[in-house]
Amino acid sequence: MGKIGLIVKREYIQRVSKKSFLLLTFLAPILFAALVFVPLWLSSIKGDEVKKVAVLDSVGKYASHFKDTEDIQFVPAEGDMETYRADKEREIYAFLSISADLLEHPDAAILYSEKQIPMSMKKEVNNQIAHILRDEKLASFHIPNLKEIIQESDITFDIRTVKWEADGSQNATSAEVVSIAGFLLTFLIYIFITSYGSMVMQGVMEEKTNRIIELMVSSVRPFDLMIGKVIGIGMVGLTQFVLWGILTFVLVTGTLFLFGGDAGTAELMQASSAMEAGAMTPAVDPTQLKLQEIIASIPIASLALNFVLYFIGGYLLYASLFAAIGSAINQPEDSSQFMTPMLLLMVFALYAGIYSVDNPDGPLAFWCSWIPFTSPIVMMVRLPYDIPLWQNLLSLVLLYGTAFGCIWISGKIYRIGILMYGKKPGLMEILRWIHYRG
Amino acid sequence: MDLLETQDVVKQYANHLALDGVSIQVPEGRIFGLLGPNGAGKTTLIRIINRITAPDSGTVRFDGHLSRPEDVYQIGYLPEERGLYKKMKVGEQAIYLAQLKGLSYAEAKKRLQYWFEKFEIMEWWNRKLEELSKGMQQKVQFIITVIHEPKLLILDEPFSGFDPVNAERLKQEILELKEKGHTIIFSTHNMSSVEEICDHIALINHAHVVLKGAVGEVRRQFRTHRYQIRLQTSEALPKLEGPLFSEQARTAESEGIYNICIAKRPEASNSELLRALGERYEILSFAEEIPSMHDIFIQVVENNPLKTE
Repeated sequence: MGKIGLIVKREYIQRVSKKSFLLLTFLAPILFAALVFVPLWLSSIKGDEVKKVAVLDSVGKYASHFKDTEDIQFVPAEGDMETYRADKEREIYAFLSISADLLEHPDAAILYSEKQIPMSMKKEVNNQIAHILRDEKLASFHIPNLKEIIQESDITFDIRTVKWEADGSQNATSAEVVSIAGFLLTFLIYIFITSYGSMVMQGVMEEKTNRIIELMVSSVRPFDLMIGKVIGIGMVGLTQFVLWGILTFVLVTGTLFLFGGDAGTAELMQASSAMEAGAMTPAVDPTQLKLQEIIASIPIASLALNFVLYFIGGYLLYASLFAAIGSAINQPEDSSQFMTPMLLLMVFALYAGIYSVDNPDGPLAFWCSWIPFTSPIVMMVRLPYDIPLWQNLLSLVLLYGTAFGCIWISGKIYRIGILMYGKKPGLMEILRWIHYRG
Repeated sequence: MDLLETQDVVKQYANHLALDGVSIQVPEGRIFGLLGPNGAGKTTLIRIINRITAPDSGTVRFDGHLSRPEDVYQIGYLPEERGLYKKMKVGEQAIYLAQLKGLSYAEAKKRLQYWFEKFEIMEWWNRKLEELSKGMQQKVQFIITVIHEPKLLILDEPFSGFDPVNAERLKQEILELKEKGHTIIFSTHNMSSVEEICDHIALINHAHVVLKGAVGEVRRQFRTHRYQIRLQTSEALPKLEGPLFSEQARTAESEGIYNICIAKRPEASNSELLRALGERYEILSFAEEIPSMHDIFIQVVENNPLKTE
């Protein structure tokens, strides 16, 4: 085994066998799944307590129209509000007082309670009153069957989006699902590159501060040491990615099985996608039926391949720069001067990615998916939209070209930096190191 | 034959000249002391020999050929600033570092077990390095330096961090390695240990070699022709003066016994001096004052003002 191989092996095994790695790898998907599913599950549980609302209808034409729901039971009030207020044994939650014709005096309905009225109850009461008033208003027009006519003309519509494939077939697509996929991948690649890149920096700094570096470079070329570390840690990242992929698959399949069939999950996924997209559109049946088809329309294999390619490229680019920074500084406190611009660049890339979700072919998304420092992150947003292959390839070529350039320059800085102790070097001095003879 | 030879090595850093035309010859199978005050350029020279950095000009010859990358397998280096992976298990770590020096896994393990037994640290094999005491870490580091049985060992302040018992043990190890034919470059500020174990030295000051040669020769070169004479006489002792010698200082030890420091003219032999004095006084002891390496070091360094800059 070559020296680089030995170094890669050490970096990999030391990190993969750490308890923290195992914990993070196996607990994170479970936590993530819990974050998505537990709130959905909790919100689907209805409170088993039925709240009573006493209705005091002074007008006399409203009380009979209130319909009980799963949570709320409307009862006619016996006595006035004061008796209810005085009597603690009545077991009513709220007291609805309607004192005048509501079409003329909308202020005349008041919902009293000793507690803060929950949103859901207020909404329900509002809905019911609005419904009652609407019927009353419609009836006042004296047009026969008006209610039915209006119901018939009340149309909800959700357009189906279909993409023409090159082979002539057509695929149903969903703007929501595709943008969510892009968003998740963007976020994932951002987290991977930052966390594994800074792991490289810490590793380099550890070797420098505990002075093993002097011994190491007497056996190994500094460049080999750097590249071995970068590769080893990158492989840890890929391992985690693959394990997460497998675990997510297992968890999702398991959940599908537990929830007993597609209908339930489709509903869940629909709800979750609506929730994450922040869209308040009501669930519409045709979309649900097409869900399987839509998911099938996302090119999962090519997405996964691109994710890995962009992760490797972006990681090599940033990790080599992180390694150069780690080699130049003597203590973690000194890192901020060089880390801040790097982090700003990455955060910019992340935001460019997030804003590109709404407009994946706009100029921001377009240009940022070329620039090597932002392309791994922004391209993740555009990929689910199936961009032209030449764009994909050219962006990868630019990314890898820059990454190898950065590795070369970082190697030059690294071999000098790791042996420099004492004063914190300035940026100009570091750039001068590039020209030094090894 | 010289195992290592540097010829006119020059190394310039941004703000200072670290080495300026340094030539040293390290004879095979000997212990070579590389001396000099802090910042003189010793570490830079050691790094160049280790191929950690390259000289700006000049050559390094190792074992008869120009230094080449695979020579690092034949060099064992104990840096002054010790350091190992704190979180890594001792045995695993030692095997890894030995593999980087070209040993196979099996060979590394076999040899390490021998050394760990010898230094009585076998029970620490599966412990993390940070759990070991400083002295034990030093032992581990020493083992790692010699494990691949290199032709050349470079030991930078090897005794620092050892208690006297272990320091003595280490000294014996070093002498044993010399017996086995290893060549050792030994860098230290501890001049008494130089006298004890070094065969040759080179003294570097301000980027130049200012003194080099066999230890005995170097000390003779700095002889002052002063002698300590202890003599006895029943009469009053006048100031000792003659064509060959002159008295520098005296202390009366007890009735009729004196310790006298005498400077002798270089051309006069010891026998002539003894004859001249022996005629009149009873000579109890006679010894030449040979300057210690410590004195030579201070003398040379202080008489060498900045040549560079």
